[in-house]
Amino acid sequence: MTGDAVRPASGADLTQWRGVATDPDADRSRAEDTAPEAVARLRARSRVLLRDLLRPHRRRLGLAVALLLGQNAAAMAGPYLVMLGIDRAIAPLRAGEPGPLLAVAGGFAAATAVEYVARRGFLTLSARIGQAVLLDLRQRVYAHFLRLSVAFHERYTSGRMISRLTSDLDSIGELVGGGVEGVVLAVLSILSIAGILLWLDLPLAAVTLLAFPFLIWLSRWFARASADAWRRTRETVALVIVHFVESMRGIRAVQAFRREPRNQEIFGAVSDDYRRASRDAFRLIATYSPGIKVIGNVTVAVVLCYGGWRVLGGATGVGVLAAFLLYLRRFFEPMQELSQFYNSLQSATAALEKLAGVLDERPSVAEPARPVPLPTGPGRGAVAFREVTFGYRPDAPIIVGLDLAVPAGQTVALVGATGAGKSTVAKLLARFHDPSAGAVTLDGVDLRAVADAELRRAVVLVTQETHLFGGTVAENIRFGRPDADDAAVQAAARAIGAHDFIAALPEGYDTEVRRRGGRLSAGQRQLVAFARAFLADPTVLILDEATSSLDVPTERLVQHALGTILADRTALVIAHRLSTVETADRVLVLDAGRIVEDGPPARLAATGGRYAALHRQWRESLL
Amino acid sequence: MPAEGDGNPAPRVGAGRHPLRNLWRLRHYLRPHAAEFGWLLLAGLAATGAGLTIPLLAQRVVDGPVARQDPAGLFRLAGLALLLGLVEALLIFIRRWVQASSSMRIEAAIREDVYAHLQRLPAGFHDRWQSGQLLSRVTSDLSVLRRFLSFGLFFLILNLVTYLAVVALLIRLHPALALLVAGSAVPLFLISRHFARRYHAASRRMQDQQGDVATLVEETAQGLRTMKAYGRGPELAARFAVDARALHDTGVAKGRLLARTSALLDLVPNLTLGVVLVAGAAAAAGGALTIGELVAFVSLQLMLIWPVQSLGWIIANGQEAATAADRVQEVLDTPPAIVDAPHALAPRRADVRGRIRFERVSFRYPGTSAPVLREIDLTVEPGETVALVGATGSGKSTLLSLVPRLHEVTGGRITLDGHDLRELRLSALRRLVGVAFEEPTLFSMSVWENLTLGRPEAGADEVRAALALAQADFAYELPWGLATRVGEQGLSLSGGQRQRLALARAVLGRPALLVLDDPLSALDVHTEALVETALKRVLRTTTALLVVHRPSTIALADRVALLEEGRITAVGRHSELLAGVPAYRAVLSAEPTPTPPGERGLVRS
Repeated sequence: MTGDAVRPASGADLTQWRGVATDPDADRSRAEDTAPEAVARLRARSRVLLRDLLRPHRRRLGLAVALLLGQNAAAMAGPYLVMLGIDRAIAPLRAGEPGPLLAVAGGFAAATAVEYVARRGFLTLSARIGQAVLLDLRQRVYAHFLRLSVAFHERYTSGRMISRLTSDLDSIGELVGGGVEGVVLAVLSILSIAGILLWLDLPLAAVTLLAFPFLIWLSRWFARASADAWRRTRETVALVIVHFVESMRGIRAVQAFRREPRNQEIFGAVSDDYRRASRDAFRLIATYSPGIKVIGNVTVAVVLCYGGWRVLGGATGVGVLAAFLLYLRRFFEPMQELSQFYNSLQSATAALEKLAGVLDERPSVAEPARPVPLPTGPGRGAVAFREVTFGYRPDAPIIVGLDLAVPAGQTVALVGATGAGKSTVAKLLARFHDPSAGAVTLDGVDLRAVADAELRRAVVLVTQETHLFGGTVAENIRFGRPDADDAAVQAAARAIGAHDFIAALPEGYDTEVRRRGGRLSAGQRQLVAFARAFLADPTVLILDEATSSLDVPTERLVQHALGTILADRTALVIAHRLSTVETADRVLVLDAGRIVEDGPPARLAATGGRYAALHRQWRESLL
Repeated sequence: MPAEGDGNPAPRVGAGRHPLRNLWRLRHYLRPHAAEFGWLLLAGLAATGAGLTIPLLAQRVVDGPVARQDPAGLFRLAGLALLLGLVEALLIFIRRWVQASSSMRIEAAIREDVYAHLQRLPAGFHDRWQSGQLLSRVTSDLSVLRRFLSFGLFFLILNLVTYLAVVALLIRLHPALALLVAGSAVPLFLISRHFARRYHAASRRMQDQQGDVATLVEETAQGLRTMKAYGRGPELAARFAVDARALHDTGVAKGRLLARTSALLDLVPNLTLGVVLVAGAAAAAGGALTIGELVAFVSLQLMLIWPVQSLGWIIANGQEAATAADRVQEVLDTPPAIVDAPHALAPRRADVRGRIRFERVSFRYPGTSAPVLREIDLTVEPGETVALVGATGSGKSTLLSLVPRLHEVTGGRITLDGHDLRELRLSALRRLVGVAFEEPTLFSMSVWENLTLGRPEAGADEVRAALALAQADFAYELPWGLATRVGEQGLSLSGGQRQRLALARAVLGRPALLVLDDPLSALDVHTEALVETALKRVLRTTTALLVVHRPSTIALADRVALLEEGRITAVGRHSELLAGVPAYRAVLSAEPTPTPPGERGLVRS
C-alpha cells in the first residue's frame, strides 16, 4: 500500500499500542470475572435468564415437544416395521398371503405422513419460539444499555456494546437456527431406542448401555474445556469489533496520518487472536465428536460379536439382530448431532453469559423507586448544589464540597481553566452522574428522586459533541420534543438562525443527514443541536461549550436567540468565549473544583481578579 | 426515522447475475488450502467408506457365520468392523482438526483483506456507509462464509459422493430396487431448486437487516450522551424495536421455509424406503433376494437419510454464503477512488519548498449536484500562512480536506511546487502534510501512539517539542504519562485537551505543509494565547492553510482568503480586507446587529 517504513511488528509492540488504562477491568462488565466462583455465578445467572426468556413460550414449547414426540414415534416406527416386514411378512407372502405385508406397508405410509406433518409443524414452531426469544433478548439488552448510566458506558465503550448486540446475539441465533430440534430429537430418539433395545433383547441392550459411562466422561471433559474456549472467542471478537469500529469512525485521521499499515498490523493481531481462540474451540469439538464416534463404533462391533454369538446359540432371532444393528445406527447417529449441538450451546452460553453480565449491571444513576414530582407553575428552575463532592475515581475528587444556589431564571456562566471541573458541574446538574456526597436539587427536590422522563423534560444539556442520528434534519430537531409538529420544528430552527442553511439543503428539512449531500459542517451540526434544545424547552438549560465551532456571525445569531431563550429559564453556560459569558447574570470562576469568584460579570471585570484578567485578554483578542 | 437502507447506498440485490457468482469469486482464498481440502475430502470419503462398510459386514455376519454356525468367522468379521470403526473415527478427527485451522485462516484472511480495502477507500465512501453496515460484513457475513467453507461445501461434495456410492452399492445388490432409489433424486432436485431460489432472497434480506441493527446500535452508542440528555431512551427503543422486529420476521419466514423444505426432503427417502420394503419383501418371498441382502439393502438405504435430510440445511447454508459473499464483494468491488498514479513521485521533505496552488478547483460530494467549492484560485507561497475565513457551511473544511487528498478535486487541480497532487504518491503527500481536524479524533491507544500515528519513527525529543508547542505538557502528568490510554476506552480528556493533542500530532515531525481546521476553538483564552505564540514560530517557516473563526487567530496568518458559498471572494491582508471588504468584516466582527430596544443580554464590545 504505502512504501513508508513501518515500525517492525514485534510481539511487545503489538501489546503496548493500547497503552495503560485507568481501569484494568474496562474490558469486562463488572459481573464478568475470571475467578471460578464468579464464572459459576455468571453461568447460574445466564441459566436464570434463559429460563426467564423461555417462560412466556411455555405452551408453545409444550406443543413443540408433543410434535417432536409424534415425529420421533413415527421415525422410530420405521425400523420396527422393517423388522416386522422381514420377520413376519415374508413367510406369509411365500404362502401367497399378502395381508401382513400390506398391513406393514400401510403402517409405514401412516408413519411417514405423521413424520412429515409433525416435522414441519415442529420446525416452524421452533423457529417462531427461537426468533421470539432472540427478539426479546435483543430488545432487553438494548433497553438495558439505554438505561445504564453514562459512567458505565464510558467504561464499557461503544465497540463492546456493539459487539454484545451483534456478534453475541448472532451466536445465540446460530443455536436457535441450527439445532434445538436436533437435540430434543436426539435425546428422545436415544431414550426411546434404549427402551426398544431393552425390550428387544435385554442382555444385548445391557452391553450397548455400557457405552454410557464413557460418553458421560467425554462430555464432561468437553463441557469444561469448551466453555473456556468459547468465552475466549467472545472476548477476542469484541476486540476485533472495537478496533474495526474505531478505525472506520476515525478514517480521516487514519488516512491523513498514513496510519493504514500500522492499523493493518494491529487489526491483523487482534484478528489473529480471535482466529486462534476460535480454532481452539473448533479443535475441541474436532476431538469430542470423533470421540463419540469411537464409542459408537466400538459398541456396534461388540454388539455384532455378542449378538451373533447369541444368534448362534439360538438365544435370539436373526431379525432381532438385524433390528438391533439398524437401531444402533440410529442410536449413535443422533449423538453426533448432539455433540454438534452441545458445541453450539457452549458457544451460545458464552455469549449469553456476556449478555447476562450486562443485564446484571445496575445503573449507577438509578431511576428512583418512588419518584417525587417536581413542583409546577411559573418561576420554577431553582438549582442548588449542597456540599457536593464528586470524582470519576474515588481517589481523585474533582469537586469538593461545592455549595451553590442558583435562583430560578438566572443565567450563570462557569469560567475556569481546563480541568477546573466546569463540565463536571454541568454533568452533575444533568444527572449524568450522581455526587458521591451531598446533593444536587432542582426546585428543592433531590435529582435522585426525580423520575428520569420528568428530569429530562426539565433539564437539557447541550455539549460541543453534537451527535446527529440517522434520519432527516427535521427528525433530528424533533429529538428535542418528539410530539412537535413541522411548524414547531421550523420555528425552533428559525429562532436559532438555522433555518436558512437547512432550507438551502437539497431536500430542506427532509434531507437525510447521512445521505449524499446531507453532510453538515461542525457549525451546522451545532446549530441543529441548538434548535433541538430550543424545541425541548426545558426549565434548566446547560450549555457546555455549545458554540465553540460557530463562526462569529452565526455565534452572534445564536447569542441573539439566547437572549430570548434564556430570558425565562435557568441556565448554566460554559464557554471559553467571554462574549457568551458577558451576557450572564452571574459569573462563577472555578478552580480545582471550588468557586473562587462569584458575581455579576461587570463587577468581576472591574475588581481585578482572575475573571478580570481573562476578560482583558479576551477584549484584546477581539476585532 | 427510516433505518432501512441507512448509509447503504449499494443496490441490495444484485440483479441479473448468477447468484453464486460472488461466492465463486472468493475461491482464491481457498487456493492456499486446496491441497489440504483435497486431503480432507479424501479423509472424509474414506471415513464414509468405512462407515458404509460396517452395515455390509453386518450382512456378512448374518448371512455367513451366523447362518453357517461359524464362531471364528463371526469374531473375525466383528474384529474387522471394530477396526473400520476406529479408522473412521480417526479420519473424522484428522479432517475436523485440520479444518478447524484452515477455515479460520480463510476467514481471517478475508477479514484482513476487507479491512485493508476499507482503509484504502476514501473519506467519501465512509461518509456514506455507516460502520455498522461494514461491521456486519466483517463479522456476521464472514462467519457465514466460514461455516460454508468448512462444513457446507464439504458436506455438499461428501454427501453427493455418498449418495452416488450408496446407489452404486444398491445397484450391485438389486438393480431394479436401486433404480427406484436413484429415481428419488428427481423430486429431491426439484424441491431443492425451488427452495434455493426463495431462500436466497430471504437470507439477503436478513443480512441487510442485521446490518441495519448494527448501524442503529452503533449510532446509539455514539449518541448516547445526547440520548441521555434528552431522555429519549423510549423513542430509541421503539426505533430499535422496528429493526429488531423486521429481523425477527425475516427469521421466522426463513424458518418456515426451511421447515417446509426439510419436511419434504425427509418425506422422499421415507417413501422410497417404504416402497423398497414392500418390493424387497416381495422379492425375498420370491427368492430373488436373500434376507441378509434385504437387511443390507435397507440399512444402506438408511444411510441416505442423513445426506438427504442435511440437503435442506446445506442449501440454506450455501445460499447464506452466497449472499454473504455478495455483501463482502460489494465492499471489495468498490474501487478506491483516490489511489497512486502510475509512476507517481515521492518527493522528500528536504526537496519540498511548499508552494501550494489551487487552480480553478471545484468540488462536489459524490451524488450531489450542487458544488461545494467553485473555481477556487489560490496560491500559498512557501512559508506563507493563509487563513480561510467564511460563514458556517461555506466550504472551508472541505477545501482543507482536498490538500491531503482525503477527497479528490472534481474540477481543476491543486499543485505542490508545480506538481499536480495526483502525480504524487499518496503516502509521500500525506507525510508532507500535517493535519488537525475540527473534531480532534483520538483513538483508544496510548498518548504516544496517538501522537505518532503516522510517524512511528518519531523520537522522544520530537514528541516533547510538539507537545510543548501545543501547550499539551499535561500529557506527561497523566497517570502513566505518555503510555496512558486515551480515547474512548481510556482516560477521558476534556475537549481542549483533545484538541491540543491533535494539534501536537499535526505539528509533530515538522511537516512541510500544515492544514489546521479551527485548531484552537476549544481552548480557553489564556491557553489559546500561549499556543498562538508557539505556533507563530513554526508558521514562519511552514506553508500553512488555517480555517479560522476568531479574529485573534487571524494574527497567525500572513494573508486571509474570504470564502463565500464555495467561492473565494477576496484575498489579502487582514487589515486590507477589514477596511475594504464589508462581507469580511461581517464574518469576523463581534459587533451585534442593531438590537431592538428593551431586549436584554446582547454583547457590546
